Amino acid sequence: MSTATLSLGRSAAMPLRQAVRRAERPARNLAVLMVVPALLFVIITFFVPILKLLATSVQNPEVASGLPQTMIMLKDWDGHSLPDEKVFAALAADLDAAHKTSSAASIGKRLNYEIPGARSLLVGTARVVSAFSPPYREAFLARDAAWGNPEIWSVIARNESRLTPFYLMQAVDLRQDAEGHLQSAPADEAIFLDVLGRTLAVAGLVTLSTLILGYPVAYMLTQAPARIAALMMLMVLLPLWTSLLVRTTAWVVLLQTDGVINDILIGLHLTAERLQLIFTRFGTVLAMTHIQLPFTILPIYSVMRTIPATHLRAARSLGAPPVAAFWRIYAPQTIPGVTAGCLMTFILSLGYYITPALVGGPRDQMLSNFISTYINRDLNWNFAAALGAVLLLVTLGIYGLFLKLAGADKIKLG
Amino acid sequence: MKFYRKFGMISAFALALPMMAGTALAGSSLTVMSFGGAYQDAQRKAVFEPFAAASGAKISEQEYGGEIAKIKAMIDSGNVTIDAVDVDAPTLLQGCDEGIFETIDWSVIGDKSEWIDGTTSDCGVGTIVYATILAYDGAKMKDGPKTIADLFDTTKYPGKRGLWKNPATNLEFALLADGVPAGEVYKTLATAEGQDRAFRKLDSIKKDIVWWEAGAQAPQLLASGEVALTTAWNGRIFNANKEGHDFRIVWDNQILDSNYWAIPKGVKDKAAAMDFVKFAADPKNLAAMTKYIPYGPVRKTAAEFVAKEDAANLPTSPANMTIALTLDNGFWADHGDEIRKRFTTWLAQ
Repeated sequence: MSTATLSLGRSAAMPLRQAVRRAERPARNLAVLMVVPALLFVIITFFVPILKLLATSVQNPEVASGLPQTMIMLKDWDGHSLPDEKVFAALAADLDAAHKTSSAASIGKRLNYEIPGARSLLVGTARVVSAFSPPYREAFLARDAAWGNPEIWSVIARNESRLTPFYLMQAVDLRQDAEGHLQSAPADEAIFLDVLGRTLAVAGLVTLSTLILGYPVAYMLTQAPARIAALMMLMVLLPLWTSLLVRTTAWVVLLQTDGVINDILIGLHLTAERLQLIFTRFGTVLAMTHIQLPFTILPIYSVMRTIPATHLRAARSLGAPPVAAFWRIYAPQTIPGVTAGCLMTFILSLGYYITPALVGGPRDQMLSNFISTYINRDLNWNFAAALGAVLLLVTLGIYGLFLKLAGADKIKLG
Repeated sequence: MKFYRKFGMISAFALALPMMAGTALAGSSLTVMSFGGAYQDAQRKAVFEPFAAASGAKISEQEYGGEIAKIKAMIDSGNVTIDAVDVDAPTLLQGCDEGIFETIDWSVIGDKSEWIDGTTSDCGVGTIVYATILAYDGAKMKDGPKTIADLFDTTKYPGKRGLWKNPATNLEFALLADGVPAGEVYKTLATAEGQDRAFRKLDSIKKDIVWWEAGAQAPQLLASGEVALTTAWNGRIFNANKEGHDFRIVWDNQILDSNYWAIPKGVKDKAAAMDFVKFAADPKNLAAMTKYIPYGPVRKTAAEFVAKEDAANLPTSPANMTIALTLDNGFWADHGDEIRKRFTTWLAQ
């Protein structure tokens, strides 16, 4: 031990490594301190909202807190027959309280997600419930025979829990029947898996087109003389400096039936009738490809720039034909850039909202458009959060798959 | 229409209505939110600026697209920065149910009986009535459609149709075009068969529909030639014509709906907000709106202040009111959730 330790100043015997660490501590602390604002910023603006979103997708407080007494009484209910008088009496008290605090509508709205007509049933009954007198069961049934339907009671009973998988299940076209078994949603309501598939398909198509268009551009950027390369770079970057909305609107002008593209096609006699370009999948992918192009080009370019030109020359001088030299020597070295660019474009494309809304038709709307509908128009934030959670999980899954397939060292995002 | 005839009555009460509370609000500031565009321009000239001049309060404006989420998020955050908001009827009902608006003290605003039936609420004060109508470009189509049935007749009027991306108004138009009398539209729509019938009718033109979401898109679609016919809000068509277009309105089977001023729950100075709403619903100020945009006042006592040349453009003018349906917002409050769900699914299929 005595040979392995050094005496550094005042400090007693201490391993060298520890001493160095201690000496570096002030600088390291300063470095950490400088990162703290960014870290806090990311936590507050990114992680906290995402956690909140995930929590919202399973929260279910409306029925449990709106009908507390009914919930207690329903604990003894057998689950399929008509509940007894004390359940109805409890419901009368709960509904009366709900009417006074004007919360009947939100309870009704929640139940309505699972059983159509529940909203008007609850609101209508709550309005008159203060006039009810025992026996309450008869009073409820006289007001609306729908109270005799055990299904509504099983939906109420099922929502006793303040957490629910309902929204998440609905987001993947699943539902629970009266007994609580999982089943797929009826065909005329099952759209969300379809929309998810469509979202992935559009993002995939956009990624592929940006790669096909962008790869040669990135290569040219590395090969061209400096002045021309600078000009090309400017043209790649220019769209990035224009607002997304402006670029999308420009595509509307180009693609519309009386728009520039159709005018040119007609003028050149390439087509006799005006083509439907706007409000189509083609138009959506086209506009998104244009917007995403720089995101694919830049990572590829940054990787290509580091590949020495001597590699290709060496391959050629050793007798490789041009295509083989490119394909076997050059292309493999660009893979980290290609995967990074594709990943970036694919993930950004998954979240597209405004471009499909303006350039796409109703069948081209992606998951984000539905999220926005449920937030803004239907005020069903839980379901919007569930759709968001599904999109997040799918994105993370694809990212994980990419890492596994390509290898983490093969993705060079910087 | 019943209420139009009553428009002519002169109410002594209206003339006696006191004007603003004078300088009580001097130096304070109010934030109001409305729908932007030509509509908010009209409100600025007819209401906001005169209010600021009369009360001494400063008015700050915000715009939105009618998303109730924006109001709810503000209230949930506990920091209510908007004192009064212009809302459409479904938003008013939805918000009233979910407790996001303050209760209106009608003893401050005025006598409810001066308002057209259905345009007063516990949570909002009705201001204007607007119409969703069928419109076409007179410059491109000489012999345009005459009835709402023509919207669904793609042989007689080929081309794309613009429709509002919302089940409300479209299902009504579908049933009206399918021959359901205006008086029975909502009774029919309340049944599963009636909804099937409406969706079937929409199915017949589904591939020809271009959906618009913001009010300004409808005249834009017409102007660009993207659609041959479109439904639209009448004020938007009127304003497009002011810019030199020759868009024509088919008033047959127009669907009337109204807008309201409401006060978000938890507003900092409710009395000041009420003063503003009272001013905005004053008959003279309501009538002044018609100078800038053809949306009719829902307060009957405002009719006498509307200039003759402006009255002719209003949805409520007798010449335009041959057959009209008033949107039943109670119906949409009760059935909206199911129908919207079906509509969303139908669109995506």
